[in-house]
Amino acid sequence: MNASGRGHAPLLFPLLLLLTLAVGLLSITMGPAPIGISAMVSAIEGKGDPIVRAILLELRLPRAILGLLVGAMLGTGGAALQGYLRNPLAEPAVLGISPMAALGAVIAIYFNLADAHPWLVPLLAVLGAIAALLPLLRLSRKGESTLTLILAGMAIASLAEAGISLALNLAPSPFAAMEIMSWLLGSLEDRSFKDVLIALPCVAIGIAMLVGQGRALDALSLGEDGARSLGADLSRTRMILLFAIAIGVGGAVAVSGGIGFVGLVVPHLMRPFTDRSPSALLLPSAFAGAILLSAADIAVRVVPTATPLKLGVLTAFLGVPIFIHHLLRERRLW
Amino acid sequence: MVTITCRGVDVELGRQRILAGIDLEFAPGTLVGVIGPNGAGKSTLARAILNLIPVSAGSVTIDGADIARLSPAELARRIAYLPQGQELHWPLSVERLVGLGRLPHLAPFSRIGEADQAAIEAVMAQTGVLALRDRIANELSGGERARVMLARALATEAAALIVDEPLASLDPGHQIDVMTLLAGRARAGALVIVVLHDLAAAARYCDRLVLLDGGSVVGDGQPADVLSEDALAAVYGITAWRGEIGAMPLIMPLNRCR
Repeated sequence: MNASGRGHAPLLFPLLLLLTLAVGLLSITMGPAPIGISAMVSAIEGKGDPIVRAILLELRLPRAILGLLVGAMLGTGGAALQGYLRNPLAEPAVLGISPMAALGAVIAIYFNLADAHPWLVPLLAVLGAIAALLPLLRLSRKGESTLTLILAGMAIASLAEAGISLALNLAPSPFAAMEIMSWLLGSLEDRSFKDVLIALPCVAIGIAMLVGQGRALDALSLGEDGARSLGADLSRTRMILLFAIAIGVGGAVAVSGGIGFVGLVVPHLMRPFTDRSPSALLLPSAFAGAILLSAADIAVRVVPTATPLKLGVLTAFLGVPIFIHHLLRERRLW
Repeated sequence: MVTITCRGVDVELGRQRILAGIDLEFAPGTLVGVIGPNGAGKSTLARAILNLIPVSAGSVTIDGADIARLSPAELARRIAYLPQGQELHWPLSVERLVGLGRLPHLAPFSRIGEADQAAIEAVMAQTGVLALRDRIANELSGGERARVMLARALATEAAALIVDEPLASLDPGHQIDVMTLLAGRARAGALVIVVLHDLAAAARYCDRLVLLDGGSVVGDGQPADVLSEDALAAVYGITAWRGEIGAMPLIMPLNRCR
């Protein structure tokens, strides 16, 4: 039952952990320069070819870590929001938080702020996510329904998209427009430990805050009155959830760019392996998100294309068929 | 054992006054039926007692403590609630759903313990849903689902229970089962407040009836006294046949009288 571990299939966590480690390792070994396990071990020990060592520790390792972190955050965020909004269509973008994070980054790229300081792009993305919170929190204080929250989220997302379109429209050069587009498509290419430093605390705080709300999310299975009569403090839950998504997803989007579909698909894929209660879905969705995104990030390196394939493009291409297959099989049980 | 007291309770939604000047005291060990026509304020009274809707004047206390000052979890441990037409948003198993009733007792990050599991088993047995424990609750018949939802409310083992329209989708056999179960809870010392439309069930099972009309209490007392010919005509606009089998009061609505 709740939080007792009995809400999951018995082998679910060991299997997810194993898969997470496997894709993490595979992600480190994959790339234009093939690096075997022995080279990896010597690099970690501080021995071996310094170039291999540099590739491994400065390029591959941060990329692998970021794949796991961003995926975990998007998966948990999707699961928590589906539980909170009691809507199987929910994902982090639904409250307008990730589109606003994208707008923040686009503004930084538009004004060439990255040249001033490389941290400004991710910083503005996090600020964008937090800016999306202001109207949401105002509504939340007034005790508006979840439907109002979704509608406000859609409005915020539309505004963010309009802002992004404006930036593309007024882009000073085709190169600037290209750079914005490229960021929007999402990627973990050429990331460093600086990006891990941004994403790791955001994602850790975000996931911890969401997992702490599992019980309230379970109570919400019975609707708002049902949940409150079971002792859930819904205004507190809403506040924590909004902050967690803004911090966690804001931090994730800041380093990865726009990556859609993971937050929507992952909870659906995991639900059949749990007792289908929102709390039982949170951690499996973190692992599954990490696995899915890392697998997609490996795939973008393997698929031979003239221009490098972007991660956000592939997650949608991978996610949609899996999702539709899943819907056809599971259509009655959300 | 708890006593719930409403003192001068007003509830307003927008500019509309739904409840006006409600003064009621509910004692432990009684099965209280709250009756009245549609829109009389029955469900609003239940929600006001549970602090699910703010009162604009007056106060609701439980054993002398203002419910607005109790933490949500503390209130949930004292009063269990089954709303009318209880919704369920995820396809949970019956056992998992009934287990939600234990949430007010669980410390943060703690697990369902032996005592919780025993309570879950006991209420599933009482409501006759043990055989359904692994079924998905959304796939049950209306009657099965109603009993499972009642089990969920009972699983809290609160000293007070408020049930809104529990008979709506039940066949006569299960209606008798549910009302007998609620009466049994009251005999065991619980305060049970049940919102009812079925006057026959109200007359037969309840120790006390509170008749609401237009947001005010217009009758309060023994069922036979509250369901008088005049009250039925004035509040419901009906005539009814009334009688007794042994000591059991019976009532059957007959015609519109206005």
